[in-house]
Parts: sequence; C-alpha cells; structure tokens
Amino acid sequence: MMRYLGSRLLQSILLLWIVSLIGFFVLYLAPGGPLAQFALTPGMTQEQLARIAHQMGLDRPLPVQYWEWLSRLLIGDWGQSYRDSQPVLAIIGSHLFATLLLMGASTLLAMIIGTWIGVLGAIRRYSIFDYLATIGAMIGLSIPTFWFGLIAIYLFSVKLPWFPAGNMYTVGDASFLDYAHHLVLPCLVLTLVTVAIWSRYMRSAMLDVQGQDFIRTARAKGLPEHVVLRKHAMRNAILPMITVAGLQIPTILSGALVAETVFTWPGMGRLFLDSLNYRDYPVVMGVLMFSAVFVLLGNLLADVLYAVADPRIRLT
Amino acid sequence: MSIQTTNGLARRRLFQLGGAGLLAATLPRPVLAAGGKAMKGQIIAGLSQEPTFFNPLMPHIEVDEAVYWAIYSPLWGVDEKGDFIPQLATEIPTQENGGISADGLTWTVKLREGVKWHDGQPFSADDVKYTIDLLNNPDFRAAKRQGHELVTKVEVKSPTEIVWTMKEVYAPYAAILAWTFIVPKHVVEKAASANDSTLNTAPVGTGAFKWQERVAGDHITLAGNPDFFGDGPHVERLVIKYIPDLTVMYTQFQTGDIDHTGLQGITADHYEEASKLPDRVVQANLVATIENIGFNLGKPQFQDQAVREALYYAIDKQSLIDSIYYGLPKATESYLPQQSWAFNPDLPKQSYDPEKAKAILDAAGWKPGADGIREKNGVKLSFLNSTTAGNHLREQAQQLIQQNWGDIGVKMEIHNLPPAVMWGDYWMMSKFDSVIVGIGFMVGPDPDATDYFGGKQTPAKGGNGQNTTQYDNPEVNRLLAEAASTLDRAKRTQAYKTMQEHTRHDLPFLPLFQYTLIEGVKKGLNGFKASINVQSNLWNVRDWSWS
Repeated sequence: MMRYLGSRLLQSILLLWIVSLIGFFVLYLAPGGPLAQFALTPGMTQEQLARIAHQMGLDRPLPVQYWEWLSRLLIGDWGQSYRDSQPVLAIIGSHLFATLLLMGASTLLAMIIGTWIGVLGAIRRYSIFDYLATIGAMIGLSIPTFWFGLIAIYLFSVKLPWFPAGNMYTVGDASFLDYAHHLVLPCLVLTLVTVAIWSRYMRSAMLDVQGQDFIRTARAKGLPEHVVLRKHAMRNAILPMITVAGLQIPTILSGALVAETVFTWPGMGRLFLDSLNYRDYPVVMGVLMFSAVFVLLGNLLADVLYAVADPRIRLT
Repeated sequence: MSIQTTNGLARRRLFQLGGAGLLAATLPRPVLAAGGKAMKGQIIAGLSQEPTFFNPLMPHIEVDEAVYWAIYSPLWGVDEKGDFIPQLATEIPTQENGGISADGLTWTVKLREGVKWHDGQPFSADDVKYTIDLLNNPDFRAAKRQGHELVTKVEVKSPTEIVWTMKEVYAPYAAILAWTFIVPKHVVEKAASANDSTLNTAPVGTGAFKWQERVAGDHITLAGNPDFFGDGPHVERLVIKYIPDLTVMYTQFQTGDIDHTGLQGITADHYEEASKLPDRVVQANLVATIENIGFNLGKPQFQDQAVREALYYAIDKQSLIDSIYYGLPKATESYLPQQSWAFNPDLPKQSYDPEKAKAILDAAGWKPGADGIREKNGVKLSFLNSTTAGNHLREQAQQLIQQNWGDIGVKMEIHNLPPAVMWGDYWMMSKFDSVIVGIGFMVGPDPDATDYFGGKQTPAKGGNGQNTTQYDNPEVNRLLAEAASTLDRAKRTQAYKTMQEHTRHDLPFLPLFQYTLIEGVKKGLNGFKASINVQSNLWNVRDWSWS
C-alpha cells in the first residue's frame, strides 16, 4: 500500500510539472496579454504600454519567466495577481469558500436524492416511478442551467418575492440564516441538474448488480429481500459510484461557472474566467495548478476508497 | 431629476424636525456623525465589471474609477458641463486670477486647509508634490505620464501652497489634473516599492467615503467619511456590487436588490420595459464614447480618399442605429461628444446614398472585376473588418455594413478576435485592415485628441500615441499643436472646430454614433447626474442622498 502510494505520488509530481509547463507556455504564447485591457482607456499610448510591460518583466524571454515562476512556486510563493495585487493563494482561498458552500450543498443533496431515485428506479424497473424518474432525468440533463436559473429567479424572486435574486449574502447581514436563504435557489438549480446524473449512474449500477449470480444465491439462501438489497446489491452497486464521486471532487472545487454567473455567486468558476479574460497570468496558473492537484488527489482517493470498499482489490 | 440636498438644507430640516419634537421621534433618525453630517441608509450600486485595483496612479480600467471618485480627491474635479470644481485646491488657477503666469509656464495652486486623510493624518502640499513626482519616477508603474512629464520643478511654498513650472505651455494639463487623484505620501512612502504600496488593495484618500472591505468577486463596501471637507456624504455606506451578467443585473434592479445600475447599465432591449418599472427612474444618457469604423491607411485599399468617402455614403447609418441599437445612440459626424465645448455642430451630414457611392468609385477608377468586386491597379476593394468577438450588437452591425458595402461592389470579411488579442498588437501596431471600435477621444475632459490623430503618434511608425489609422495630415498636426499650446479657450475652440472639418473630410474614421448608457436609480435616491467628462457616473456619489 505504501509503495503504491509512493509511486502514485511520484507520477503525480511528474504530471503536475508537465501540466505547469504546457499551461504556462500555452497561456503566455496565446496572443494578447494582460496589458491589452488598458489599450482603450483614454489617453493610453503604445509607449506607455511598452514601459509598463518592461516594468512588469513581461518582455523577458519565456523560459526565464517560467523558471522564475516555477522556482517561486517551489518555495511556496504562488505570486501576486496583476488585477488586484493580492497573493494568488489568498484569492483562491476567498473564492474557494463560496464554491465549496454552493457545490458542497448541491452535490451532497444530489448524491442522496440521486442515489435513492436510482435504487428505487432499479428495484421497480419499468414502474411508473421509474418512467417518471427517467423523464425527469432527461429534462434535468437537457435544460441549460442558464435558462433554468433565470426562470427560477423570475418565478421565485420577481413574481413571488420568496428568495433573493442572487448574491451569497446581504451586505451588512451575513448571518447563517441569510446565507441559507441565498443558497436555496442556486442550490435547487444545481441539484436538479446533478440529481439527474447521479440517479442515472446509480440506476444502471444497481441493475448491473441485480443480474449477478451472488444476488441469486443470496435470494436462494432465503435472505429477506431488504437484506439482499442493502447488504449485497447496494454495497456492490456503490463501488462504481466511488469512482464517479472521485471524479466529481475537482468539479466541486472548480465551481459551476454558469450558475455562479446567473446567481452572482463569487466562486472559482468566475474567478478563472475573469482571470483568463484579463490575462491575469499568476492567477490563471494558480487556479490551473490548484485544480490539477485536486484532479490527481480525487483520483487517488477514489482508488484508495475502492480498495477499502472492495476487499477483492489490493493496491500494489 | 436631481434634487440636491446640500448639507445646509439637511441641517435646517433636522432643526425643524427637532422643533416638532414628537414628530421627529417617530421618524427614522439619520446618524449624526462627529463632523455634523447627516448620513442615512446605504446605496448599493451594481457594476458589470469588477473594480479590483485601487492605486489611482497605476494602470487600471474604467470601472476602477467608480471607487476612486468615492475615495480620493483630485485638486479639482469636473462637472457634467465640463467646468472645473475646486476640491483639494481652493480655486482653479487661470491666467486671469494669477494662478498661471502670463507666459503660461508657472502654476501656483492654493490648497484647502484642515483636510485630513482617512487615517487621520493631515493633507498638505507635500502630498501633491509627491503625487506629481511619483508619476514621473522612472521606477513607478504610472498608468499615464502625459502632461505630468512636462512639469520640471515642483516647489512646496507652504502646506497650503504649491508652485510648479512647465517645459512648455500645455493646455490640456488642467483637464488631466482633474482626473489625477492625489495620493497620501505617508502611506506610499512606507512601501519598499511605490508599485506595491497598500494603496493597491486598501486605499486611503481624502474623499467622501472610506475604505471598509472588499470581498473579491463580489462587492466592495465603503463607509461615509464624517470628516469629508465638502458637502456630503449623505449615506452611511456605499456598496459596489459586481454583477457580471447584464440580464442578471437588470433582474436585481427590478427586484430591488441594487439601487443603481452603473456600467454597463441596462441593455437597450430592456429600455422600454425598464422605463415603465414602478418606483424606478431610468435614463438613457449620452456618453463620451464614439463608435467608429477605423481604416488602416497603411493598407493600399484605404489610401484613396474617394474609397473612404464612398464607403461612408454606402452605410445605412440610421437603419443601423434604429434596428440594432433601438434608436438610442445619436448619429454623429465628429469624434467629439456633442457635450464638449469644442464640438462642431455644423459638419456636413452623411446621407445613405449607394448610387452616389458607386459614382464616386467609378470616377476614381475603381471598376468592378470579373467577380463583381471593384479593383484598381491590381488592388481589390476587399478587406477584413475586426472587432471584439462576442459583442453581439457589433456583430450584427458588421453584417449590415457588409451588405451595404457588398451592394457597391466592396467585399468586407468579418474577422473578430477576443479582446486581449484584438486590442493588443493587432490594434496598437496597425496590423488590421479595418475595425469597428468605440473610442473616447478626449484627454480626460479636454477635447485634445493628439494621441489619435497626430501624425507623429503612430506606434507602427515608432510614434508615441494611439494613432493606429496612421492618419497624417500636416494641417491637422498644426492645428493640434496650436490648440494645445495656448490657454485661450476661444482660440482652442476655433482650432478644434476646423480640425473636425478636416477629419470629417479625410475620414480616417467613419464616425457612426455617440453611445448612450442606460442607467437606473430607485425613486427616492437623489443626486445622480450623468456626465460625459468622467468615466463613471458615480463621480458625484458624495452628493447622493435618500429622500
């Protein structure tokens, strides 16, 4: 196990380095730069832009800039944003909370509801419930989040003033209840979309397992149906879900760009897009490395959990 | 719509209320702060871009100015009519009042007494000297040095008097100073490098609002400054909320989550609906930005004056404004906004006349080739037109213009680029064929447009400026120089009016229209005043108040 973890860690470090290399060069070689946003401000001239670029060190050769960035990163200095001159880690941290709150709440809800819908759908296959769940899932998957979000705001904020039309909290209030009140609509929208995914996965995993020999054996032993379902079928059907959950971890951290935009939620998705638009190189690279770390960790975690949940699997 | 509540009035009303004892007790009581200012409630202003950078002397974008006007003060500001209003200075120096010497080179500015920075330190002439010197410091990442670089010697005569000398007479400098916010010497000096001072993230100014906090990606909270030297502020708090999507911003305006929609305002398709909203006041106001089609005169297609003239006749300008922009922007012939004191209202009006356009091209020898596209001496009238990708209205305008020009045998292809690419070297170093671009040509509130029209201001030819069309007209160069080097407003006006005749005739840019910005405020919020002379209509938020 330790040897396995060691080799996986080594692989991960190599991968991270490759990600940083590709990310850095693609980003810096892409046309345009952080100064283009100033070009149309009144009275800006090419000479001033060139001077500022020089003062910021943007005119040095790329390998030099890469080496400087990397060597700083290795000693824990993620750099400073060009846009607001805050340390990159602080910026990521402040957006991470918003994203974790929204994505955590909706993923948790979606997982619980989705799992149950999936299990019930699989047990009562081709029942009215199963059909409704399938149709519901199809609708959930096909509705664009943007449209769905705006409809939710229209119905529950504009027409019926039950919930705020966005934002994470009321400035000056920020109590727990206030956060919860603001969380309802975006959470609802995101949950409905992800429930569809979870219920579909769970349903097919459950159907797979139900056709297996050991279920027939369990039933033949005369075990009560609820024990067969809970101890035998569900435990096995959960296995592939661990992989799905592992792959979802980075999504939770990278945020939901569309929902964040519609509900003016200051999360990671918008941070990445804004930073990319302004070519805020240090932040873009920071978010990129940060997500890469979590993709790798999520995968590793899924593999380890898999071994824990399934005694047949040994990590070597 | 603006009912201004001056401090005196507010005080008088308070007094009356006090006299009516019982009545006063039943009304919400304004907070009477130490400075004797009546501050009540808060204002939440929505912006569709996020203000992120708070050192006003360093590179920043338009929206950041919304915060600067609340936090900092210039020596003098500028109002919606273009007149200067003293802020940290007690009067505007002119040759008449002796503030500027007869030769126009020495400026003496008297400063307000008793002004305090937000951290309690006294403001003095040293801060003004420090600000101007910092802008000229080669190690400092100044956004712009235009004008300041002509200042040779800055002398502090007393804490309330400062004198400087200029290398040459430069008329726009007063206007540039109206956009130059004075920074606190004692704060910036503390930093190892002026580029990294705490002003970048936690500004300290002398303005009507104090920095409170910023939640990145979400909002900025400013608190009313009870020690502000002028009238106001009339509210306890100003919250600047970042709402990246315009539809969402409009919805939040509808639901009352925000009290004001600032940049980029309400979209034109919502204008009619918005004007009918109860308890909201919505205005479409002209801004300083002019929409143009710019030609790269370095390309062979555009060197012929006849081509530019014909292309202008071939555009159905009014249909473009009516069908795409809901008829809101105002058609124009000048690069200056019509509110500018130098605007020339007598320029010939463009008319949509494709037949005349064809006749002009025929006469100039541009004959249709085998494929129907006109050509002359092997040069085809076929070119690219570029703008920021994703600007849907402009993309529709491009398609209309493409058709208009197709009708007279000119082929235009649409080639749009993401903003960071479009306005990088592609624009600055004149690598485009033609563009659609919205430009505010003025230097702050001054009509000087040397950077865009001066013959020596083309970066592609090593010039310092933004004359990316590579326009070079000796007469225009002379008028620009003449107008910048005299302080006589009448002479300057005359020069700029003549210059507008030249640009209208030569057409390096085809002027399309002057933009409007649709902004809304809640009923009961007073003081909003649109101004083309600033980059943010929160410029006078110090005067805003709730009824």
